[in-house]
Amino acid sequence: MATATAPTAHTSEYQPQDGLLLEVEDLHVEFHTRYGVAKAINGVNFSVRQGECLAILGESGSGKSVTAQAIMGILDMPPAKIPQGSVKYCGHDLLTMPEDRRRKTRGPEISMIFQDALSSLNPTFPVGWQIAEMFREHRGMNKSDAYAQAVRLMERVSIPAAKQRVKAYPHQFSGGMRQRIMIAMAISLDPAVLIADEPTTALDVTVQAQIMSLLQELQQERHMGLILITHDLGVVADVADRIAVMYAGRIVEQADVRDIYAKPAHPYTKGLLDSIPRLDLKGQELSAIGGLPPNLMHIPPGCAFNPRCTMAQDICRRDRPELVEVGPHRKAACHFSEEVLNA
Amino acid sequence: MTKYIVRRLLQMIPVIIGSTFLIFAMVFALPGNPLAGKCGERPCPPAFVEKFRADHNLDDPLPIRYVKYLGDLAHGNFGTTFQGLNVLDELQKRYLITVKLAVIALLFEAIIGVLAGVLAGIRKGKFIDNLVLVSTLVVISIPTFVIGSLAQTIFGVKLGWFPVTTPSKPGWYDLLLPGLVLGSLSLAYAARLTRTNLAENLRADYVRTAVAKGLSRPRVIGVHTLRNSLIPVVTFLGADFGGLLGGAIITERIFNIRGVGGYIFQSINSRDGTAVVGAVTMLVIVYLFMNLLVDILYGVLDPRISHD
Ligand SMILES: Nc1ncnc2c1ncn2[C@@H]1O[C@H](COP(=O)(O)OP(=O)(O)OP(=O)(O)O)[C@@H](O)[C@H]1O
Ligand code: SF4
Ligand SMILES: [Mg+2]
Repeated sequence: MATATAPTAHTSEYQPQDGLLLEVEDLHVEFHTRYGVAKAINGVNFSVRQGECLAILGESGSGKSVTAQAIMGILDMPPAKIPQGSVKYCGHDLLTMPEDRRRKTRGPEISMIFQDALSSLNPTFPVGWQIAEMFREHRGMNKSDAYAQAVRLMERVSIPAAKQRVKAYPHQFSGGMRQRIMIAMAISLDPAVLIADEPTTALDVTVQAQIMSLLQELQQERHMGLILITHDLGVVADVADRIAVMYAGRIVEQADVRDIYAKPAHPYTKGLLDSIPRLDLKGQELSAIGGLPPNLMHIPPGCAFNPRCTMAQDICRRDRPELVEVGPHRKAACHFSEEVLNA
Repeated sequence: MTKYIVRRLLQMIPVIIGSTFLIFAMVFALPGNPLAGKCGERPCPPAFVEKFRADHNLDDPLPIRYVKYLGDLAHGNFGTTFQGLNVLDELQKRYLITVKLAVIALLFEAIIGVLAGVLAGIRKGKFIDNLVLVSTLVVISIPTFVIGSLAQTIFGVKLGWFPVTTPSKPGWYDLLLPGLVLGSLSLAYAARLTRTNLAENLRADYVRTAVAKGLSRPRVIGVHTLRNSLIPVVTFLGADFGGLLGGAIITERIFNIRGVGGYIFQSINSRDGTAVVGAVTMLVIVYLFMNLLVDILYGVLDPRISHD
């Protein structure tokens, strides 16, 4: 296909060591509001390698988007504050980097797509203009070259009649097409890391699958590190390599996809897995997790999940379980993960 | 787009006819004798009265007079005043002054108002924001004639920077101070409107996208946020300009400006129906065109608005 673009060699000052792109260490984020301090992220650790897809799962409010925004550097500070932690990209800490230098990583190095493409695209500029802006601002490209690049990218993400539609406005596209345009814009400068925050949640089911396969295709073609945020376990099964499950601003379990689906090591993960409808268990009750996520201003002591956990013991209300190795390539934060694994 | 404009122009015809008829009917229903005082202390001689009434169609019934008037209007004849002056000539002279005054006020509102609003909006809650909020509140709560008289006293009389009254053929500089006074109230509104819209839009998803695209802060604000934030401000300023073109009685009186506002006021006082109707008809037309212009501009600024 003439429109396919070979990934251009990365000739930036950022070179991954052994394929390691992103390392998030002990990340904390809190929101200072007039009602108090909401501790949205409480010590998150993970890494992303070239060509790898990490899915971040969790209920609403577990801190998935805030984690992504902290990596991307698009949190509103204030009210947000990052009291602790680091986000290293190819060994450079983004959090301590001068803002002007960090800004230049957004787009060419790390890029992001959002849930609602309609509100995330500027309603007053043509879509082609918005894609071309990446080339004009980051590469200093002239207008017609940048537009040509925009058309090429729109073709790459399979927008029909891209040449004619390059001057159309976001509201003139369908939801799926808009998300494709968001994707085209995000991958325009060949970023090494792409963060997709619930990219299909706002779309029809049939369109969801198309967008997911487009993302997967682009990730493999460009060897990108992909962070896929979702609260839909079904979506990630065939896309993700690894899964990190978040609860109350912490990662409670991290493992390869196959391992986690075969056997969760954390009661919360088990609860999530049990709540997806399965064809082979048709007719049986879905077991949603009882109770509500904790108030982030008053996270319970010990294990944050203990008020909802059927296995909770005294120790769970007293000591916070750390995220520890529970098997090859897998970690869990539960005092009784052995028991969960062997159940 | 062309279709839309043609449709809007056609819609203007009944509006113009309807509104001029209303004005016409109201003006000529006003009590008072246009001949009062025409001939000094004595009553006018009957021959003069007769000719005067015939010239101005005063004895025809109202609808006939109106139709005759419209016929004249269609030929570009706005009629003559009771003093025998050509209404159109007089209006043109007056209107030039009113337009100048309105342009000064509009520029003042647009430049200073938007600038203040932008500064306040991007520094919401900070010193500059509070400064803008308090000073615009002061301007909004003081009546125009107080601001006007104060400005005249301070900058005209005491400091002598501006002429105290305005010559009959004023230049731009002569109208500068009155223009600033005239624009001050709308400036305050424009600043607040800009501030609110900008602060709100800064939290919009597409602005977050602009940041995530690695754009510089000036570009995020100046290109991505401002465009959307200014749409309602432009609409407001456009409508305001339409109003300003209708003359400004208070400001004109304070600074002794011979504009359209004062003209209508005088004409009403002297029961000079032809002059009033002519002036108001022109104002209606100007206002309608301004509205059309604003709507077209709105469509240009916001691609989601379709005029097809
Ligand atoms: N600007 C903000 N001010 C205050 N609190 C915030 C702000 N942004 C996020 N939070 C809080 O941080 C917590 C985590 O939010 P986040 O958006 O990361 O959740 P999420 O996991 O992405 O959920 P969802 O699936 O609903 O998108 C939430 O409790 C939210 O209330
Ligand atoms: S630590 Fe305790 S409360 Fe927390 S998940 Fe494990 S068993 Fe449940
Ligand atoms: Mg979210």
